[in-house]
Amino acid sequence: MTDKTIHKTIIIGSGPAGLTAAIYAGRANLKPIVFEGNQPGGQLTITTDVENFPGFPDGVMGPDMMDLFRNQAKKFGAECHFKHVTKVDLTSKPYRVFVGEEVFLSDTVIISTGASARMLGLEEEEQLMGYGISTCATCDGYFFKEKNIVVVGGGDSAMEEASFLTKFAKKVTIIHRREVFKASKIMLDRVRNNPLIDIIVNKSIESINGNQQDGISNIVLKDTVSGETSTFECEGVFYGIGHTPNTDLFKGMIDLNDNGYIITQSDSSLTNIPGVFACGDVQDDHYRQAITAAGSGCMAAIDAEKYLEENIIE
Amino acid sequence: MSDKTVKITDENFEELVINSEKLVIVDFWAEWCGPCKAIAPILDKICDQFGDNVVVGKVNVDEVKQTPVKYGIRSIPTLLFFNNGQIVKQEVGLQSEQTLIDSVNQIVS
Repeated sequence: MTDKTIHKTIIIGSGPAGLTAAIYAGRANLKPIVFEGNQPGGQLTITTDVENFPGFPDGVMGPDMMDLFRNQAKKFGAECHFKHVTKVDLTSKPYRVFVGEEVFLSDTVIISTGASARMLGLEEEEQLMGYGISTCATCDGYFFKEKNIVVVGGGDSAMEEASFLTKFAKKVTIIHRREVFKASKIMLDRVRNNPLIDIIVNKSIESINGNQQDGISNIVLKDTVSGETSTFECEGVFYGIGHTPNTDLFKGMIDLNDNGYIITQSDSSLTNIPGVFACGDVQDDHYRQAITAAGSGCMAAIDAEKYLEENIIE
Repeated sequence: MSDKTVKITDENFEELVINSEKLVIVDFWAEWCGPCKAIAPILDKICDQFGDNVVVGKVNVDEVKQTPVKYGIRSIPTLLFFNNGQIVKQEVGLQSEQTLIDSVNQIVS
């Protein structure tokens, strides 16, 4: 099914970047179409309190903040759909955006597809995700009351998850494949001083054993120095090993850097394709904050508006 | 919780889910779960689209103690699809509207 309308702008993604782009594009009368994707509201919907977004001195719940963003975008005419884009064709104009069988046409595309939690790449991950493996401590910690939990990773997000999970767990063990941690000193001190948290270094996870019915029973660890393997009993494995950008849709079409992030021209949201803009975590592996994402979303909408003025004759 | 959905408890589970003659999608959720909030309006749309053919039941895991344990829930949102009292499909985590529509169509057709 092809909707014959040529939209002025289609925004792919609905985190702070995408919805800020929608607010600005809406106010510029571009009637933006937002495809919210599989995680409406983006990564903030799996956090709890957001304490560092300006304007909320008492903090705000991540999901609530994203509802506010969405309401503000809709107020200015943005059309938000709970749809997940499955394919794009940016090789000819108007650009084509596919949602399964449906095709949507647009003069400009704003990409704000964000990033997703990185996996270890184990075969059993797909089967056990949600049955003992988790990437969302705030969602799933509750189900591991009085259990032994493992947190994988050595950065701030792993430390934060570990601290949070002590609310529920009998014991939390952080497993890190190196000796040195990337986490900040304050976060590291916090977990080191917590009697419910153990730290194991120089071990990587070889396999996770369990099934969907009974959950996880143990994991196999490999010493990254000696190569020796050992078994570790636990009932939950939480990942805090960073993020990968959601750029599979654009591979081979848009220039990506070595880590898979979209390359934008400096001080702008411009990609290598005219009329296609990128904002938020999908093009930022450095700051990765709600406020920087929102800022870049604003830039993308302004860049799209300028492009339309200069290139598209109504 | 929207008025399009049905509140499920340990007490009414048998009657409203197991004995239901319609397809029942049971959504395990909690107030503190962001993705659960995100999937709620999508489930409302499923109610709108399928009307009388599908029931969406909500299990609040803070209030309902036995049912989540019985079904081994370790992550929310989890959706269990019950048809004639049997689990015919289960989905963990956020799902797109299209994925859910496809799942329902597959089961009811």
